[in-house]
Amino acid sequence: MTAGRFARVLLTMFFIGLLLTPLAMKRYAARRASDRVAADMQTAIARHGFYLTEVSHAAGIDFVHQAPTLDPKLDPIMPEVASMGASVSIVDFDRDGWPDIYVTNSAIGSKNALYRNMHDGTFKDVAPEMGVADVNQAGTGVSTGAVWGDYDNDGYEDLFLIKWGRPELYHNDHGRGFTRVSEQAGLPAWINADTAIWFDYDGDGLLDLFVGGYYAEDIDLWHLNTTRIMPDSFEYAKNGGRKYLFHNLGNGKFEEVSQKVGINSRRWALAASAADLRGTGHPDLFVANDYGVSELYFNDGGHFREVGEQTGVGFAPKSGMNAAFGDILNQGKYAVYVSNISEDGILIQGNNLWMPKGGTSGNGLQYENLARDFGVELGGWSFGAQFGDLNNDGTLDLYLANGYISLDRNRSYWYDFSKVAGGNSTIIGDAKNWPAFDGRSLSGYQNKKVWLNDGAGKFIDVAQAVGVTDIYDGRAVALVDLWNRGVLDVVVANQKGPLLIYKNTVAPENEWIEFQLEGTRSNRSSIGAEVTLYWSGEKQVQEVSGGAGFAAQNDRRLHFGLGKTPHVEKAVIRWPSGEVRTLEQPAVRQLHMVKEPE
Amino acid sequence: MSKMTTPVISPPAKAPRKPFFSLDNRYIAPAFITCILLAGHLSFGILESYQKTLLAIVTSIALELALGRIFFRKWVHPASAYITGISVGILVRSPAFWPYALCSALSITSKYVLRVRNRHIWNPSTFGISVMLFLAAETVATLSIQWGNYLWPMLVIWALGSVIIARLHRFHITGIYVASFIAFAFLRSWMTGSPWQSEIAPITGPMYQLFIFFMITDPKTTVRSKRGQCIVVFLVAVVEMILRLRQVVYAPFYALFMVGPAAMLIEIWMDSRRAKSAQIVARP
Repeated sequence: MTAGRFARVLLTMFFIGLLLTPLAMKRYAARRASDRVAADMQTAIARHGFYLTEVSHAAGIDFVHQAPTLDPKLDPIMPEVASMGASVSIVDFDRDGWPDIYVTNSAIGSKNALYRNMHDGTFKDVAPEMGVADVNQAGTGVSTGAVWGDYDNDGYEDLFLIKWGRPELYHNDHGRGFTRVSEQAGLPAWINADTAIWFDYDGDGLLDLFVGGYYAEDIDLWHLNTTRIMPDSFEYAKNGGRKYLFHNLGNGKFEEVSQKVGINSRRWALAASAADLRGTGHPDLFVANDYGVSELYFNDGGHFREVGEQTGVGFAPKSGMNAAFGDILNQGKYAVYVSNISEDGILIQGNNLWMPKGGTSGNGLQYENLARDFGVELGGWSFGAQFGDLNNDGTLDLYLANGYISLDRNRSYWYDFSKVAGGNSTIIGDAKNWPAFDGRSLSGYQNKKVWLNDGAGKFIDVAQAVGVTDIYDGRAVALVDLWNRGVLDVVVANQKGPLLIYKNTVAPENEWIEFQLEGTRSNRSSIGAEVTLYWSGEKQVQEVSGGAGFAAQNDRRLHFGLGKTPHVEKAVIRWPSGEVRTLEQPAVRQLHMVKEPE
Repeated sequence: MSKMTTPVISPPAKAPRKPFFSLDNRYIAPAFITCILLAGHLSFGILESYQKTLLAIVTSIALELALGRIFFRKWVHPASAYITGISVGILVRSPAFWPYALCSALSITSKYVLRVRNRHIWNPSTFGISVMLFLAAETVATLSIQWGNYLWPMLVIWALGSVIIARLHRFHITGIYVASFIAFAFLRSWMTGSPWQSEIAPITGPMYQLFIFFMITDPKTTVRSKRGQCIVVFLVAVVEMILRLRQVVYAPFYALFMVGPAAMLIEIWMDSRRAKSAQIVARP
């Protein structure tokens, strides 16, 4: 064989090798996934340390979300424009020490539900008698979310109802009922929002309220004057709803100050959350936007700077649908998880796990997206996600709900979607230019992700193995120790689907500790308070949140898994007022109720 | 997208006066696509990362240089490989790094392996991207939504692209394709009942701008006669139309993937017949 012919044979073999590479990668991934197929509870607990059992019906909950039906002009693409509204938030509204659940409904005339924890494993819907059920009446819009915070510091959590319509504030009358105070509070007549959070942005001890608009606020989705309501770009849209920051004046009234304090955006907000990312004592604000980049607002003590591009989180535009913070490497630093869209062969945005770059901090803080390295990148059409230690092994895991529109399994809308989404703004921005859905699915029937953190920089999806086998169109996820057992249960709100309660069974040898904080000088909900726990050489920080994930709010109690035979050194608690208190060697397997020193 | 237009230059009969500023035609396409990339990224951040695009370009050029040295015993000019690399870097969308390197490697290697009568028959990046979309769909998609979806960047690219492609004497290819696409868009709208705007929408996006200026006009993988080029590009539009009726998302790539080599093979076969006939006639 001549040298030239030999080289050609080698080249051909090299070429065939290149062609086979994707197939080999696919086979490798499939083999890894097959190790984590459905297992029984005992096997799952032995392998992964926990198992989730769906118990909603047994717990007395048979709630099914209803989607809105908007203006008939939108009929052809109604499944898409009416694809949000299912939400869940956790609150102990009656201060009985047992977490309750509030869920929203989104059809005109449908009822929201407030599930009171009956302490015996069951719940009872008390929303009608409490006055927070019939809140989706014609002419007032429909619910898309709810966040709870004690805005008047009377000890009882009040309810802000996020709507496509008239936003509502309900005062909690000592757990015996709710009074609508929207007008007295000074809320605007109409906002088309999907996200809101409570936080004390100026540290005055009173909870303020951020609301992120989605559709522009001058649009009544039930009575459209035009069909030009869609985003003017799939990735760079700036024609969404405005943002609001309602400053709590302390007399039951709020003043809208967003522009005054530096928040001025018309991106399509879908999720927001706040945490003190720089250790300044002021909560910074992260906003995940659909059809564009995320925004990060550094809080310089009552004034905000948008630093998305500077910090790296606001450069590559995607379809942000979630904002959750978690100290996933036990370093005392928060990562931010933003969910996006991934559909094989069509749109691989990948979810973002924004990790603080080594060596950066303070005003120079920068983030890098390590979702791929950590294994939490591809989650289908991802929506709500929350960090929490599901197996009490001492590291935060990640639960992700996904699935956009599940209709006809065999027919997909993706072709038409990609056709229009790539078009010019004059085409994409008008709903009448979008082809009819005609009963087709769009990233429907997707398997959820339960990513288990190995503590060394890798997450492994164990959803099927630990009992999470539903394929509903997941939206909101909330983590909560529903029955005071020292484990995190999972509550999932599904669009046009049932509310799911995944009861957690955890390997008994893994220990835990929980904290319930109450502010005195700080806001009484302690939203923004931070606990840094030191144990067995580990250090993990968690913050009380006034809303996180997508259309969700976790329990205000902070739950730490500790692994086997931990030695807990101390818990350092920092309140929003700046007050710091250290608990030396707090007992494990216990909920610690801690009040801020006066 | 792919390797772009590298024109065939024939020596002028009379040396023309040298203009104040001139750019070798070989560099026009690389310069244009680089400008698009930089403008798109600096204004809209179209790239997932500089590193991925750089990886695609470096892989492409390195492989071209190596294979050219081994098989042609010369250092091949890197302009063509640069365009392949940059095209892969722009069009491939993947959160992972490896698809960028693999796609570039597949594209360049295909030029040296898939040859008939010493001509490569696939446009390199059309081949690489199509194979990736076929075989690695879970990791790879292509650009479909960048440039802000606004009007002015589209007009600038269309205007500049038209001028450049006209200078390279290949505007007829682009023109026929665009006219065919628009006609077929209305036909599809009539057949499927979809709004005509939605059928037109794809060609207003950036993927098509790269496709019509750089991929379908590649001189190395298009037939030689002007009439043949017009027929072939029309057939690309026809096949794309059929694929679109089957709701194939990447219809233009696959249409070019199928029609381009078929046209090349037919031309090679016809050339060979003509050569044989000429030999018979010339034989005493």
